[in-house]
Amino acid sequence: MDMKWNRNTILTLVALVVFAGFLYYAQNHFNYYVLRIMNLCAIFTIFAVTFNLIFGYTGQFSLGHAGFAAVGAYAAALLTMSVAQKEANFFLKPILPFLANIEWHFLPSLFMAGIMAAIVALIVGGPALRLRGDYLAMATLGFGEIIRVVFVNTQRLTNGSLGLKGIPEYTTLYWSWGAALLTIFVLKRLVNSSYGRALRAVRDDEVAAEALGVRLFYHKILAFVVSSFFVGVAGGLLANLISTIDPKVFLFTLSYQIVGIAVMGGMGSLTGSTIAACLYTVFLEVLRPIESPFNIGSLRVPGVPGMRMVLFSALLLFVILFYRKGIFGGKEFTWDGLFSVVKRLGNRLRKKPPAPVAAGDEEVER
Amino acid sequence: MTLPLFFQHLANGVSLGSLYALIAIGYTMVYGILRLINFAHGDIVMIAAYFAFYGVGIFMLPWWVSFPIAIFLTAVFGIFIERMAYRPLREVPRIQLFTSAVAVSFLLENLGIVIFGGRPEAFQRPAFMDQTLTIGGAKVVTYTFVIIGVALILFAALLYVVKYTRVGVAMRALSKDIETTGLMGVNTDRIISLAFAIGSGLAAVGGILQAIKFPQINPLMGVMPGLKAFVAAVLGGIGNITGAMIGGFLLGIAEILIVAFFPTLAGYRDAFSFGILILLLLFRPTGIMGEVEPEKV
Repeated sequence: MDMKWNRNTILTLVALVVFAGFLYYAQNHFNYYVLRIMNLCAIFTIFAVTFNLIFGYTGQFSLGHAGFAAVGAYAAALLTMSVAQKEANFFLKPILPFLANIEWHFLPSLFMAGIMAAIVALIVGGPALRLRGDYLAMATLGFGEIIRVVFVNTQRLTNGSLGLKGIPEYTTLYWSWGAALLTIFVLKRLVNSSYGRALRAVRDDEVAAEALGVRLFYHKILAFVVSSFFVGVAGGLLANLISTIDPKVFLFTLSYQIVGIAVMGGMGSLTGSTIAACLYTVFLEVLRPIESPFNIGSLRVPGVPGMRMVLFSALLLFVILFYRKGIFGGKEFTWDGLFSVVKRLGNRLRKKPPAPVAAGDEEVER
Repeated sequence: MTLPLFFQHLANGVSLGSLYALIAIGYTMVYGILRLINFAHGDIVMIAAYFAFYGVGIFMLPWWVSFPIAIFLTAVFGIFIERMAYRPLREVPRIQLFTSAVAVSFLLENLGIVIFGGRPEAFQRPAFMDQTLTIGGAKVVTYTFVIIGVALILFAALLYVVKYTRVGVAMRALSKDIETTGLMGVNTDRIISLAFAIGSGLAAVGGILQAIKFPQINPLMGVMPGLKAFVAAVLGGIGNITGAMIGGFLLGIAEILIVAFFPTLAGYRDAFSFGILILLLLFRPTGIMGEVEPEKV
């Protein structure tokens, strides 16, 4: 047992080092466009795994990701922007005095973005989480829309519908993937702890869980607030990646996309969410041409704007109806799992009966 | 505020409340039977408005032909959605059903953007609904009366159906216990389809009346009314049809009057009903007419 643990830990460390080396290479050699997509992959990974914690593990349904991301994005943007940039942005009405003359470093700004989102989550989720899972969805969807209304109206805080421009582009692959890995690590530790078992108990049967002494409300709000913290951080990363934000960036359709990614990846699988988030971001870029006119031979095909989202939502509905497990179906990537798959494939090649699959307890995420 | 002005706002609020109530009934009927928040209900509103719009705009039908056809098609569409997306999932955990509803909503909105176009369209009001009347100093446009009148007639009809007809009895039985009702010889699938048809049909009426009141339609027009109608359904006590009507009227009137009395809050108008939802969930999640329902083990 000890030996195996060591092997897996070493493999994880090796994988992390290889991945870090890859990020280093990418950051220095890849072009701007590819880098942006890779950053977006990380940000969507955070969105998807945090949604998975709320829905896949706890059985509550949140459509507030767009709203919490907006809170985080505005918090990080306002904290990181230079004093001069703020003055240039707020030309209609002056910015609130306590924000005017501060310029924080990126790390504390991101942290603050997460804290703000978590506080808002506490206020919104508190009442909704006392009821069944789908009430949270309606309350958070409403909240997401309201936060936009509020951001449009509080001009001295957010510059209204004009948005914020010239946010410093601090987000690099180290920041984005560092945050993504940290999120996955924290969530992994959480779901493998006694808290995680309580969360799954809440998901599977609230009445039974409560009868066994699981504090329903406490655990629901825990999952919700922890998730929202990381969503806020991801929002901050997004703001400092795209450098221009306005309330329209955070439409509720963003929340739908996150639901779709997490469901397709497999509920209750952080690996699935990560892979689905990366696939989604990449495919969205690969499919971009179908929304502009293109030629097949001599035939001119008009592009259909919005077609990618139709395909995505149709695929989502298909997955829900016919393949509810998603890509990973609640399983996680583990080194043991990988080795047993390799072994089985090898056996199959040599026409031997498959060896029984060993269920790995030490699940390792990358 | 002068009295005529107050009545003007009140009429406005009642007509807005009629819209919310019409849409809220669909939520409450489906919730009563399947315990599902039909997330795609708001998008049904949008679909109906577009059907009516194309009936007049493309097929050159007069409005009194186009509107009923649109309502009928939307009701059929509601049945279709239930068949395709909800019925296969009846045996799985309820939250999965809700996920499916979210996916349907997402698909309808995206299809709307691709098929109907993302740009808002101007909806033509029938001429007689577009006249401004002055009654005792209060200026009221005729569509206000049409909206309120249509809503009240439909509510009376619905209450009659639910209370005194055989399908109505079956519907109420279903909301108590689907399985037992099925064993009693009721074709449960058909009653559920019917509930979806009625809910979607009323939402269609709501959608068309909404397009008459705010004559601009776009593929996301159903989201906000849908959300507010849901708040109305919770306010009235979800699962209770009379409650949904009362909740709808209360919410519409409150929304208009608050903006009328505190014009500085006008920008936050959409935030208001959400605040009501949060307060409701905190203090009285069963709403005005709702009963406390013990969670079944």
